[in-house]
Amino acid sequence: MTAGQGRPRKRVHLAAHFPGVNNTTVWSDPESGSQIAFSSFRHLARTAERGRFDFFFLAEGLRLRERGGRIHDLDVVGRPESLTVLAALAAVTSRLGLAATVNATFNEPAELARRLASLDHLSGGRAAWNVVTSSDAFTGENFRRGGYLDHADRYRRAAEFVEVARALWDSWPAGGPPRTVGHRGPQFAVEATASLPRSPQGHPVIIQAGDSDEGREFAAATADVVFSRHGTLEEGRAFYADVKRRLAAHGRSPADLKIMPGATFVLGDTEEEAAERAAGIRRRQVSPQTAIATLERVWGRDLSAYDPEGPLPEVDPVPDSDLVQGWAHAGDRFGVAAQWRARAEERKLSIRELVIELTGRQSFIGTPATVAAAIDEFVQADAADGFILVPHLTPGGLDEFVDRVVPLLQERGAFRADYEGGTLRHHLGLPAPRGTRAAADGELAAPGRPS
Amino acid sequence: MLTLSFALDDPAGNAHSAARWTDLVRRAERGALDFVTLGDSFAPPPPGSAGRLDAVAVLARVAPATRHLGLVPTVTTTHTEPFHTASALATLDFVSEGRAGWLVDVSRGEAEAAAFGRKPAAPEAELWAEAADAAEVAARLWDSWEDDAEIRDVATGRFVDRDKLHYIDFEGRWFRVRGPSIVPRPPQGRPPVAVALGAEDPAARHELAARHADLVLLAADAGDARRATVALRERVAAAGRDPEAVRVLLRLAVDLGGAERPPGPPAPAAGFRGSPAGLAALLAARQAESGADGFHLTSAAPAADLAALVEGTLPPLRARGLFRTEYRGRTLRDHLGLPRPASRYAKEAP
Repeated sequence: MTAGQGRPRKRVHLAAHFPGVNNTTVWSDPESGSQIAFSSFRHLARTAERGRFDFFFLAEGLRLRERGGRIHDLDVVGRPESLTVLAALAAVTSRLGLAATVNATFNEPAELARRLASLDHLSGGRAAWNVVTSSDAFTGENFRRGGYLDHADRYRRAAEFVEVARALWDSWPAGGPPRTVGHRGPQFAVEATASLPRSPQGHPVIIQAGDSDEGREFAAATADVVFSRHGTLEEGRAFYADVKRRLAAHGRSPADLKIMPGATFVLGDTEEEAAERAAGIRRRQVSPQTAIATLERVWGRDLSAYDPEGPLPEVDPVPDSDLVQGWAHAGDRFGVAAQWRARAEERKLSIRELVIELTGRQSFIGTPATVAAAIDEFVQADAADGFILVPHLTPGGLDEFVDRVVPLLQERGAFRADYEGGTLRHHLGLPAPRGTRAAADGELAAPGRPS
Repeated sequence: MLTLSFALDDPAGNAHSAARWTDLVRRAERGALDFVTLGDSFAPPPPGSAGRLDAVAVLARVAPATRHLGLVPTVTTTHTEPFHTASALATLDFVSEGRAGWLVDVSRGEAEAAAFGRKPAAPEAELWAEAADAAEVAARLWDSWEDDAEIRDVATGRFVDRDKLHYIDFEGRWFRVRGPSIVPRPPQGRPPVAVALGAEDPAARHELAARHADLVLLAADAGDARRATVALRERVAAAGRDPEAVRVLLRLAVDLGGAERPPGPPAPAAGFRGSPAGLAALLAARQAESGADGFHLTSAAPAADLAALVEGTLPPLRARGLFRTEYRGRTLRDHLGLPRPASRYAKEAP
């Protein structure tokens, strides 16, 4: 589909992110339920399916975060292993896509490709894999392999991993028999035979999160969906244009890759009520203790003696601090600290007020009508193909969106009234995977040889 | 009261549809069986096989369709990360609300090693020693969150009491794991660990069973079952555990004539071929002779023989008061009469 006059209205794609573990999730709310009971997952997934969402999305964490060598205790923590809980959710949903974030550093292709193919078979073609990599030794301490991966090799490993996985998915065409996949590359030297025939989607949907230049290139070459950061309409248009432009070099068309930023929402009967609710949620997301902990991640030093309702610390950050472990690196601590100080002074903000203002802002705040209009606008303006919505409450945080916003999107003709196919690829409007097309033509792609 | 379990493994392949798996486990649950097992392997499927689904995924897929039946997948320890294994089984315990178990196995072959490409195939004794380390890591990870670690204390802003989350700091010959688990403590505390065992198995496999097993699936000839059961209990005691806290189930290949047989080898000599009622008589007699807690039944035609078992073997066992008519508890540990273990890291109450 090309942009321009008279083109049909684009359909919005929607996914639901299980609120899970971090301070987006408000656990102090009396309505906040279990982060681990299967009933919470069932409720969220069924709500998403009732709303005709494309897929349900689970993040991953392989080591509990730390501050000062002790477990970080302020956020929701404790989650299931994604592929296992999604297999169970396949029993209580029938159309919803099921997406797992699984780390390519701490897994091996033969095993993970098989687990994903198993989920695709057992769900009738609804599996997706969000490919992430990790190079940190901190997480590596939980694994045989340790944290051996060079930061620079992360995308190389991810790309080679997906290549081997796809070769395995292609290696047992309908009617069989399976062929052995041989692969020798910098990351993997394997000779493997698939234990399952081609799954309903051929290849589970591949999701890539991250918006660095390398990440964009990996997405353009490999992914079906990009889970990006949500920003302004103009930022979204620039990112969208850049990533879609890269597709042609890989022989792909713009519709072959969907761009879905992560987004939050707060609804109200009036704009004022929504704004009030949003402010209340922010205050509960950033408790006084969380405000200090957030500041410590920038400053890299113990700030527990500071008053969260008082001014920012005068002391300088510690550049190479290992005070906190398990979060993305704060980057240039001095630069960020300087910006934060300037903002606090300019607006006369306390530590907590500043953290509330600068971190984790809600994406869509308003009445159901204005939120539906804003979501549609982002999609029609080519700033996104849809959104991965992150509710702030488990498990009821999506109910209101599905009850009040989805019908309005449907009335606008911007969202499906019902599912039109059985597989996640169908929901997303993705073409059949290349290997499968070749196999269907009777021309089997040579598996496993690095090209 | 007998403990009865059934292996769902189909020699023709385990790539059934979700609907067929659901029918199978519901059939087992109608019989109020203690649990079903499902094997797994990274080996290439045998020629003509329909394929093999991941066993944890299959049993997670059917968990919401059942309420009582124990679900015990094989997870091999040779190439898989122990951290992932512990997380997946804890998750199976959550999605089944306390019905997961783990049948520990190893990957013996060159083909499996080549599929991973990280290490060569190793001698069997070494593989079982590594499996014992994986079982130790899983047990520690399942204990690494105390039951009351989650506090949601608004006044102090703390979601968890970090003094009740524990590093496991396992260091062994094959891997180290720092912990704690990413999954909170599973409903059963620790899902029961099962080990299949025979007289010819290496000492390291017997050692793993003695140290870690809650369930031993024992292969023994009729004449040797009592001696093997006693020897196993002695070994458990020698490992410092209560021998009565291990359920010993005799493995028995059955052929109840429920279906056309696919071409293949006949039931092994140690097995039973005959009527469902005849099987009931044999199980009753063999339990009395052996002192075992029950049986783990395997079949070359699992769907048909499971139906024959439920319809023809269980009623006469019930008539003799040897098997439950309905489930009393909810969790697999409840069915097995095994108490929920306390976390090894929990401090004794003062």
